[in-house]
Amino acid sequence: MSQLDDLYRRVIMDHYKNPRNRGTFDEGEAVSINLNNPTCGDKIQLQMQVEDGRVKAAKFVGEGCSISLSSASMMTDAVKGKTLEEALEMAENFSGLMKGESVEFEYEDIESLSGVNKFPARIKCATLAWNALRKGIEQSKTQ
Amino acid sequence: MNIEEIRRQFPILHQEVNGHPLVYLDSAATSQKPTAVIEAVKNYYEWDNANVHRGVHTLGSRATDAYEGAREKLRRFINARSTEEIIFTRGTTTAINLVASSYARAVCKEGDEIVITPMEHHSNLIPWQQVAQATGAVLKYIPLQQDGSISLEDVEKTITEKTKMVSVMYVSNVLGVVNPVKEIAAIAHRHGAKMLVDGAQSTPHLKVDVQDLDCDFYALSGHKMCAPTGIGALYGKKELLQEMEPIEFGGEMIDHVGLYNSTWKDLPWKFEGGTPIIAGAVGLAAAIDFLESIGMENIDRHEKQLTSYALERMVEIEGLTIYGPGQDRAGLVTFNLDDVHPHDVATVLDAEGVAVRAGHHCCQPLMRWLNVTATARASFYLYNTEADVDRLITALIKTKEYFGHVST
Repeated sequence: MSQLDDLYRRVIMDHYKNPRNRGTFDEGEAVSINLNNPTCGDKIQLQMQVEDGRVKAAKFVGEGCSISLSSASMMTDAVKGKTLEEALEMAENFSGLMKGESVEFEYEDIESLSGVNKFPARIKCATLAWNALRKGIEQSKTQ
Repeated sequence: MNIEEIRRQFPILHQEVNGHPLVYLDSAATSQKPTAVIEAVKNYYEWDNANVHRGVHTLGSRATDAYEGAREKLRRFINARSTEEIIFTRGTTTAINLVASSYARAVCKEGDEIVITPMEHHSNLIPWQQVAQATGAVLKYIPLQQDGSISLEDVEKTITEKTKMVSVMYVSNVLGVVNPVKEIAAIAHRHGAKMLVDGAQSTPHLKVDVQDLDCDFYALSGHKMCAPTGIGALYGKKELLQEMEPIEFGGEMIDHVGLYNSTWKDLPWKFEGGTPIIAGAVGLAAAIDFLESIGMENIDRHEKQLTSYALERMVEIEGLTIYGPGQDRAGLVTFNLDDVHPHDVATVLDAEGVAVRAGHHCCQPLMRWLNVTATARASFYLYNTEADVDRLITALIKTKEYFGHVST
């Protein structure tokens, strides 16, 4: 089971058990993105408050496995205060992490998800929230 | 039925996955292939490969004989009246789409009804949604009982004089329910409707007799019954298929081609445009021989025994929910473990060498009906044993322990 411990690190399980930023903003207060993982039926709703090109806050609700929910928890925490460009760069870096590249994050918890790249079937779980982030950034820019 | 002898014929089963001997419990997604099928495909490519229906040369005749021989074999296997009623397709999905696009679109008008159930696989749901949207027909659902089965009383209430098409799966890939398709076909016919049976999950496991079922159409896939992927078939009653127009046009399906008008070949070829999956048909024929050598009744009995053993053992695991009826079910068990997402279950089981499916099983409406986003599923076939079930149970207990410290 040691290989599994790469996947289910303590940090990940902590985010799964105590998700940060779980919830929703009041209507009209944030950009909202709904995304499904069509292969498994998991879904996420990501909400972002963007002011002056910066992410003021992000919240999420959804259903998913430990990997997808902990990833959403970390992402929503990590993007707080970042410019949209910085947030997008973070999403790019996360893709790199999933490809097995060694990437460092200012928000270190994210690095605990590096083990997912050894479980190709689970990469989609980990990237769901980050794909929602990309969409949210796109949406914010066009508004 | 000598399981050890059967297992010897499946080379893929004899390997280690993640350091453990493989336990393959995902046959409802696709079955493994016996040596006889692998060899038949290999021999075909090594000795007989040529295009069908046009070669004057020897290989061309061999390939044609093999392809048409497979059609006759399948006709006998499901007891169709004639090979004209057997159309080779890519699989169940293409077979259902053929009926939806060619038959139902031509027949359905605004206000007509198409009847299905909420347990249908997406491939027996979306084509009908599309027909309904295109024609203005109404898509109606036969409601499910508490345990996921359907009652004939409800069928009687749902099918009306307006119903043109009824399409129901024989065996549910999630609940393991075996639907009373013969009775449903009789009710459909009493109202002048046609009946399609989605046989993806029944053909590999039960003795199928399309004349006895008296369905108008029957769709099946080869890859779930020991044959290669990419080959399947549509059975249709000859008089209906004759009425129907092809939906794919091109080579192989034509009779006379003029500059502005053309005519089609006879059944079944008018529906088989393009070079078909010849090696797939050869593999399907070998798979049918293999299954028949064991006997469909024996396979059915073996799977039922295995499933009741699995159900018995799974009840021992606290916090495990099983979906579907307690008895009279096909060889699969769909379940969830409290507080552990099915993806996480499947990953831990995989680390123990146990392959199960996790997800919505291409049945999103049914998942909503069950009030879950996803489930895990262990599905059995003729090569599975009680020892496989024991490995599943042990791995499930480990999964519980592994996630024991997490509760959400």
